[in-house]
Amino acid sequence: MSTTGRSGKEPVAVVGIGQTKHVAARHDVSIAGLVREAAARALADAELTWADIDAVVIGKAPDFFEGVMMPELYLADALGAVGKPMLRVHTAGSVGGSTALVASNLVAARVHRTVLTLAFEKQSESNAMWGLSLPVPFQQPLLAGAGGFFAPHVRAYMRRTGAPDTVGSLVAYKDRRNALKNPYAHLHEHDITLEKVQASPMLWDPIRYSETCPSSDGACAMVLTDRAGAARSPKPPAWVHGGAMRSEPTLFAGKDFVSPQAGKDCAADVYRQAGITDPRREIDAVEMYVPFSWYEPMWLENLGFAAEGEGWKLTEAGVTELDGDLPVNPSGGVLSTNPIGASGMIRFAEAALQVRGQAGEHQVPGARRALGHAYGGGAQFFAMWLVGAEEPTP
Amino acid sequence: MARYAREVAVVAFAQSDHLRRTDELSEVEMVMPVLHQVLAATGLKAGEIGFTCSGSSDYLAGRAFSFTMTLDGVGAWPPISESHVEMDGAWALYEAWVKIQTGEADTALVYSYGKSSPGSVRDVLTRQLDPYYVAPLWPDSVALAALQAQALIDAGETDEPALAAIGARSRAAAETNPHAQLSGSVPQGDYQVRPLRTGDCPPIGDGVAAVILAAGDLARQLCERPAWITGIDHRIEAHSLGLRDLTDSPSTRIAAEHAGVFEAPVDTAELHAPFSSQEVVLRKALGLGDGVSVNPSGGALAANPVMAAGLIRIGEAAARIHRGESDRAVAHATSGPCLQQNLVAVLEGDRA
Repeated sequence: MSTTGRSGKEPVAVVGIGQTKHVAARHDVSIAGLVREAAARALADAELTWADIDAVVIGKAPDFFEGVMMPELYLADALGAVGKPMLRVHTAGSVGGSTALVASNLVAARVHRTVLTLAFEKQSESNAMWGLSLPVPFQQPLLAGAGGFFAPHVRAYMRRTGAPDTVGSLVAYKDRRNALKNPYAHLHEHDITLEKVQASPMLWDPIRYSETCPSSDGACAMVLTDRAGAARSPKPPAWVHGGAMRSEPTLFAGKDFVSPQAGKDCAADVYRQAGITDPRREIDAVEMYVPFSWYEPMWLENLGFAAEGEGWKLTEAGVTELDGDLPVNPSGGVLSTNPIGASGMIRFAEAALQVRGQAGEHQVPGARRALGHAYGGGAQFFAMWLVGAEEPTP
Repeated sequence: MARYAREVAVVAFAQSDHLRRTDELSEVEMVMPVLHQVLAATGLKAGEIGFTCSGSSDYLAGRAFSFTMTLDGVGAWPPISESHVEMDGAWALYEAWVKIQTGEADTALVYSYGKSSPGSVRDVLTRQLDPYYVAPLWPDSVALAALQAQALIDAGETDEPALAAIGARSRAAAETNPHAQLSGSVPQGDYQVRPLRTGDCPPIGDGVAAVILAAGDLARQLCERPAWITGIDHRIEAHSLGLRDLTDSPSTRIAAEHAGVFEAPVDTAELHAPFSSQEVVLRKALGLGDGVSVNPSGGALAANPVMAAGLIRIGEAAARIHRGESDRAVAHATSGPCLQQNLVAVLEGDRA
């Protein structure tokens, strides 16, 4: 006997979402002030107080980004965690997504009823490029920053699929226009044109300046709760229909950097849990982790929205536009806002906003099911969830 | 009625020898033999494990994303369901235990590691403090523990000879622990920061720990006498030392209540008390009487690989149950300055 009669998992609902206005540098607040702002907004959205929270799960990318070791210790007071359980998750760039999944599991396992989860990065406190470039004995240096690491894989994608070299700029132009509709997005480029994207300097061929993510200060928080908590929610909840994490090694001979197996397996697990058999038709909106523009067509294939080699055709045909058949990154995505440790959670939260019908000007009309996606490391850590407007059927 | 949806047990535990320096080993080379050992104890292969979770800190490694390389030591192909906490491995075990409670996994591999030798761990740990008001002053971990020890002495809860006896007892117990870094008759030494002498402080060392969890009947198949986790909880307190009574540990007491420690007597306690004075605080919070065997492994005063020492407490308590030396044990892990955050687990063996 491994169960006590309570069969299956508790359904998990997102009832509160809060973000900061993401900017290059929040000189007006400390790290504690930044995270508290997002958490307070999530509580206000749920119409709950700090006392309603049973546990806190916090995530961020490497501690070297702010220069604080295990900052959850210092942040316990700011997040109302004193006397409560507090967990700190760190899974590289996918961490915002993983953090939400760990929090979701606490509710699903019926260990806690209402959990606050939050992810942040205050990149202006330090220098992310330095934080990623500390040399290590015995290991190969990766000193070129993230763009230098990912550019060859974009090249490989272009060669493999025959995608024309205009596709990346289409993604950037779309995401930056979508960001204009999102009041929390970092980059609001009101004068953006496709020509300006294409004329921007080449950084890591074929990735241009306007096809890369900014460096942001920001935090994102969510309140997750059980079925009873959802029933009390003042606004429509988003229900978690499936969630999964997958990891694979950074470097090895058989690794497919263009379409990593861990990403395919993670998506397949989420779709199985959610009963999705045809993601292209059954999912209404996607918040995808696209730090460099070309990752949109690449992930369209990796996530099963397009056959191998066909992802760029969806982008080129406008399918992924806000008014397209499969809107990708209606919020403006990572290309418009990148507080690294929070970026995955923003994807998860924006997916939830879509199915709650709370996404404002960047709302996809009638969105019922949305995918939140995050990845990190050398395209090796994946975290995803699928949220829906309806309570999942057991 | 059971507290949780599923019965989960520690079915295997392995650890490295804890050493002052391991300059010749990378973290992967340190971790891999321990992972192989813990898997061999159950006959499971890495690919058969339902969920993997690790704990470590980038600040010890001196680089960002250090755990991404260490994951290679698991042999993570084909892709695995995996996560990481930037905490002691005891909290990685907690995340894995939650995952099994959801029913999404039946087994979990949990590991953690720390190499303190490349840097000065006293200085490194100051970076845990409030970055604006406290960290710039670089108050180190021994100085903060000394404040706590002096508060205990001032409150009449202990004195220097009693603290010395805790160190001596721990290192005497460690004589039967082949992995311990310090054992036997170790001189109490000079003051490090008054009132703490060398003997009141943990050794600085490198080490690894790994545990396998399994649910229900699978646990019974994998282990002759599983160590059932009948309760587990963790709590955090305010960060600022000025906001806390350093002679008490309310977070340990709340966690213990939620884990069910006080519902029946325990015979063994593995406490993560890196300083002798912290054992005084934890004994009081957990209500441990003289009849309880405290830190029969030698505890953190015999080996304190940072980020693994808490997971080792759970492993050591479980191993005593596996061997039939304990029926109901409490295991404890701590994080942060002066016992800021505490995890408590109750482990029980089936009675004959």
